[in-house]
Parts: sequence; structure tokens; C-alpha cells
Amino acid sequence: MNRTTIDMWVGIFVAIGIGSLLFLAMKVGNLSSAKLAQPYVLKADFDNIGGLKVRAPVKTSGVVVGRVETITLDKQNYQAVVTMKIDNHYSFPRDTFATINTSGLLGEQYVGFDPGGDTENLKPGDTIKKTQSAVVLEKLISQFMFSKAADSSTPPSAK
Amino acid sequence: MFESIANVFRLIGSRVVNTIWRLGYASRFFCTMLLLSGASFRRIHLTLREIYFSGVLSLIIVLVSGLFIGMVLGLQGYDTLQRFGSADALGVLVALSLVRELGPVVAGLLFASRAGSAITAEIGLMKATEQIAAMDMMAVNPIARIVAPRFWGGVISMPLLAAMFSAMGVFGGYLVGVVLIGLDAGTFWSQMQSSVDFQRDILNGVIKSFVFGIAVSLIAVFEGYDSDATAEGVSRATTRTVVTSSLVVLGLDFILTSFMFRG
Repeated sequence: MNRTTIDMWVGIFVAIGIGSLLFLAMKVGNLSSAKLAQPYVLKADFDNIGGLKVRAPVKTSGVVVGRVETITLDKQNYQAVVTMKIDNHYSFPRDTFATINTSGLLGEQYVGFDPGGDTENLKPGDTIKKTQSAVVLEKLISQFMFSKAADSSTPPSAK
Repeated sequence: MFESIANVFRLIGSRVVNTIWRLGYASRFFCTMLLLSGASFRRIHLTLREIYFSGVLSLIIVLVSGLFIGMVLGLQGYDTLQRFGSADALGVLVALSLVRELGPVVAGLLFASRAGSAITAEIGLMKATEQIAAMDMMAVNPIARIVAPRFWGGVISMPLLAAMFSAMGVFGGYLVGVVLIGLDAGTFWSQMQSSVDFQRDILNGVIKSFVFGIAVSLIAVFEGYDSDATAEGVSRATTRTVVTSSLVVLGLDFILTSFMFRG
């Protein structure tokens, strides 16, 4: 084994290694689509964020327009302050409605934007006023149970 | 009676003192090697030769075990996920477990037993046959000539091997999930891409494998250099290399994971 053959093998080895890294970055990871182009910041106050996590997507009509940056608690009124980075291609009217939704029954939670009809748009750093908290399944079930109990106490013909 | 109890304490004490002494010697050895690395980089073909021996020759074992581990992950993951009706997340499961944990760790263990043991045995035998002493006599620094190239060869090979392992494993998971079981290929890749983050997952995996490369290579060259210059000493040093580096890889993995993926 003389030196030039070793060099060739090492070259092949390094090339395969870098190729694998590229494969991981491009095909397995989301390097090609992860970066938001010059995002701007919007805030929203929620009564309850449920299981929302940092880096969760922000979607409008199902299209990802941004990501959740931080989640903090407002010490004054005990509301959750969700800071989001939004792609600067998109701007939203001032009366946009922010909701916390779940994709699928057990899927991850995301912030949904329902644009309103206002002519003025939200500026970077603005806080979204109209929000709807996450649906807490336990509350929903207990409400359902109570209404069922109330129903069954009245005769079925009354419906 | 009193004598035997005292002997136990003496034994424990000498073990502890000996371990600390070796730790200090290993640190000094590491610093000396880093200082002398410049000299060995000037003759880069020495390092290239070591990349060939520890990296290129480990290719087959790393690629084949990566493929099989990915395939096993695919089968087992599908079996569990389809109970919850979320078999679509198979790609995420395979990719995340490979890129974050299994790729660096299993590649590190394989590297320790395939290349680390060979490095230790080689350096130990050089010492046993007094080649190292002969180099010293000829005013060639053995650390710069023998130890540093092997160390850097290992450090450079290890992240590349771990990346190949992960890539091969993802391919194995694809083979089982999409080709064998018949999941949708588009869902497999798109779910994977939306959940695997470049910085958080892939880059941290690369950092992990780099740290494991440093640890395993350092242990391998140190055990070889520090071995008793006998046949028995070399065999014991080789065993110690595999045992210590496996433990160090697993322990370091826990520490690094708790830093990287908390919260």
C-alpha cells in the first residue's frame, strides 16, 4: 500500500462522511426551509396555553407563517405572553384572532391566526388583543358530563 | 483479623491513589500531545495514514451496523407506533433516535472496539519491542511521531463515521418503513424534516461524536503509551481501552445530553 492509494481512500472516506452530513442536514433535517427571512415579532396574551411549546409553528389557513419564540407569564394579570417570530412576507390586520389549536387528536399544538377585516396591519412588536385559549380536554369532558347529567334528569320526550 | 481489614483499606487506598496518579499523568500526556501536534501536522501524511487505518477500515462495520440498527428501529418503532395509530411518525422516531443518540454512541462504541483497541495494541507493542525507546535515542519525539497522528486520525474519523452511521440508519428505517411495510414515502420524509432541527439535533449529534472521538482516541493512545512493556501488559492495556472508553462514551453521553436537550 503506497501513499497515493491511501490518500485516495482517505479522500473517499472524507467525501462519504461529508456527504452523509449533507444528507442529514438537507433530507433528514430542515436546514433548507428552517430559516425565516428577516422575521418580525408579534405578541399575544392567552389565558391558558395548554401544551404549547417553544418553536411550535404559527399557522394561517394551515400554512406555516412563523414560530413561537418564547413563552412567559405576565406577573400582573397572570396571563401567558407568547412571543412569535413571523415571516416578514406576511402581515396581518389589527383585528387578527389568535387561537391555540391542536393538529389531530393527540398532535402537537400550534398557534392559529384568523385574519380579520381591519385595513390597518399589525406592526412589529404589537400585541394581538383577540385570543382564544387552548382547549383543555378535561374541562371539555366535565362540561359534557354535566350537561349529560342535566339532560338525563329531564324526560327524553322534553327534547 | 485486624491485619486483613487493614489490608482491605490499604488496597482501596492504593487503588484510589493510583487512579488519581494516572489521571494526572493522562492530563499531562494530553497537554504534551496538543503542544507537539503542530509538528505532526507539518507531516500530514502521517495523520492521513492513521485516518486510513482507523476511519476507512472501520467503514464496513459502521455502515452495516448502522443499516441494521435503522432497520430494527423501523420494525420496533412501527410495532409500537401503529398501536396508537401514529405510524406516520416512524420517520421522526428513527431519525431523532439515530441523530441524537444512537449514531454518536454506537459509532463511538464500535470505534473504540474496532480502532481504539488496534491503536493501543500497536503502540503497546512498539513499546514492548523498544521501538519507542529507539526513537527517543534518535532524537525523534515519539509523542509527535507516533501518538499525535493516531490521536488526530481518530478525532477526525469519528464525527464522519457517526454521520455515516446515522445516514445509513435513516436509510435502513426507510427500507423497512416504506419499502417493506408500505408507509407513504412523502409522509415519512416530510414528518421527519418538520421535526428534526439542524441546530438542535444534527449539530448537537456532531458535537457529541466529536467529543467521543477525542475521548476514545485519547484513552486509546494513552493506554498504549502507558502499558507495561510485556505481552501481558499489552493485552491488559487493550482490554482497559475497550472497557474504559465504552464507559466514558456512555457517561459522557449522559452529561452531554443533559446539557443539550434539557427543556
